[in-house]
Amino acid sequence: MIVYDISMIDGAETVPERSAGAERSTRQPAGGPVAQSDTAAPPLLEVRNLKVAFGAVPVVSGVSFTVHQGEVVGIVGESGSGKSVSALALMRLLPRHAHISAERMNFCGEDLLSADRRRYEQLRGADIAMIFQEPMTALNPVLTVGEQIAETLRRHERLGRRQARARAIDALARVGIPAPARRVDDYPHQMSGGMRQRAMIAMALACQPRVLIADEPTTALDVTIQAQILELLQDLQEEFQMGTVMITHDLGVVSSFADRVMIMYAGQVVEDASAAQAFASPKHPYTEGLLASIPLSQSDVDRLYAIPGAVPPPFDLPPGCRFEPRCAASRPPCREARPVLYPCGDDHRVACIRPTGYVFPDRGECNE
Amino acid sequence: MNNAEAPLLRVDNLEKRFEIGGRLLAAAKTVRAVDDVSFAINKGETLGLVGESGCGKTTVGRLVLRLIEPTAGEITFDGTDLKSLQPAEMRAMRRDLQIIFQDPLGALNPRMSVGELIIEPMVIHGIGTPAERYRRLGELLNLVGLARYHAGRFPHEFSGGQRQRICIARALALNPRFIVCDEAASALDVSIQAQILNLLQDLKAELDLTYLFISHDLGVIRHISDRVMVMYLGKVVEYGDKQQIFERPAHPYTIALLRSAPARHKGKTRYRAIAGDLPSPFDPPPGCPFHSRCPIAREICTSTPPPLSPVAGGTHQAACHFAGEMTL
Repeated sequence: MIVYDISMIDGAETVPERSAGAERSTRQPAGGPVAQSDTAAPPLLEVRNLKVAFGAVPVVSGVSFTVHQGEVVGIVGESGSGKSVSALALMRLLPRHAHISAERMNFCGEDLLSADRRRYEQLRGADIAMIFQEPMTALNPVLTVGEQIAETLRRHERLGRRQARARAIDALARVGIPAPARRVDDYPHQMSGGMRQRAMIAMALACQPRVLIADEPTTALDVTIQAQILELLQDLQEEFQMGTVMITHDLGVVSSFADRVMIMYAGQVVEDASAAQAFASPKHPYTEGLLASIPLSQSDVDRLYAIPGAVPPPFDLPPGCRFEPRCAASRPPCREARPVLYPCGDDHRVACIRPTGYVFPDRGECNE
Repeated sequence: MNNAEAPLLRVDNLEKRFEIGGRLLAAAKTVRAVDDVSFAINKGETLGLVGESGCGKTTVGRLVLRLIEPTAGEITFDGTDLKSLQPAEMRAMRRDLQIIFQDPLGALNPRMSVGELIIEPMVIHGIGTPAERYRRLGELLNLVGLARYHAGRFPHEFSGGQRQRICIARALALNPRFIVCDEAASALDVSIQAQILNLLQDLKAELDLTYLFISHDLGVIRHISDRVMVMYLGKVVEYGDKQQIFERPAHPYTIALLRSAPARHKGKTRYRAIAGDLPSPFDPPPGCPFHSRCPIAREICTSTPPPLSPVAGGTHQAACHFAGEMTL
């Protein structure tokens, strides 16, 4: 296992090691060869056993996922579950005192753990882009949206000022901003919340990234605007066949948007399945509880199921299963050890020993 | 004193205009935050008020309690015209009318202990002796699912869900009959939101309360409400029983809202959003406020504002020239 200490980044140039994948820093043109999703091409993203700790406090313990071209992976969890921190670790956007380790963290076969700061600067915004929850704080208030989109293009594609501006207008048009040639000179505060989120998406997609990480992209928006942004993201996803990681607390958004879902609880993935499976036949008591606790606009229930208690703080995690103190199905063995993801049915994994009759399948890590 | 049919709270033609700007040479702009809103809530009933940001739902909640003064309209609570009350009388009236806000941390004084916070309303209204207040504090903590030892702690020591419980205990301290819940569970994680919604429902049954429940979340509104009012740009666009609104909505905006809400059990679905942004409340479209985004808008919609009128007879009302033409 490679243990990577993020405080090394700013020391930077002492890590000249580059893996072979670094050669493809020149961007493929749009509509370039669409890789078949056969087994030959490496997945866009491959993360194995990612751990993040702030000082001695573990906030992410063992997250693994793979994203293929054209695939949407949803990461769902409540606040403090570690979903955003996992994404920020991948983008290497965490503060210095974050301690990141992983067995593997690859982008198109290239090892990201050994990538240096300069390589990350090439990747971020060009190959791997991110959109955030609150466009008002993620956009720079003293630059026009056009300048901010052009900045990405000038930096990654070495475009001149005029060309970059033209591309920025194109980018705004593609995300459905009316009169883009005029709005390109707007400052963020001159736009509505939905328009700002469109502008941020335009910025993220300006260089046609292969991976898009969307961290609660619609949480701050009204429902009709949320539907517009999700519709736009679906269109763009289809058009560019990106690998998308969608981070959200909203199970409804994930179920309608993602191919695959990971449910996180207290820094751990507790369930990993196709979206259809996870919602139709959840196996983890936490997933079941979450689904039963959300009132829907499509149907009535007499009483909501409320998961008792609250999420444990990361510095005071229970010794066994982290969900055990709140779990309706808990038994004594649950307090003995922490379950990791075990296969449970077809393409479905769950960190719970209930499906195996409260027997730990192997007491070891479960890697496929 | 009232006959059985009189609603506990009755609001007629409520209107609130805010003057914005207006300094030296610049003319003030007027925003009609709430425009001709009427509704009635019977005792023991929950009216859900739903809409997107800027629709005026929060303003309605505050107008009802006269936390802000209405520009026009009548508010009648249990036969009393609230607008005619003098400030001291209104203050006394607030024993019956309470509010729970979205952000519990912002609503609680950080320097006061939980005990002081919950006792404060009783002190202000001069209710009980210190010993009686202390006994009541114990009851209230128990009622909202907190322990007596929590009384000595401060708001920052609690989680979001527990803080909302403190706010609820504080609102209940004076034995109110009517509570405005303004996005009372919206800032909470889903598992905690369910706890608070269940608590509010239990308290309503136990204490015979009446709620005006304001939320942007359609699922929450469906779950908690008996009747539902949908607002758009300061106007009521649809008003009816929960089943009418959610199963047979008649207004294109309500239909758009319901279609926008992600459905969990359908699996991967394509979104079909209605186009357009929420218009600026400074410059609302003429005619029907929704016509600029409405898929079935016609000539008349751009010029004549549709009145709120009955749909298929009965209690269900919609403000649309072509109500019922679209279906969910």
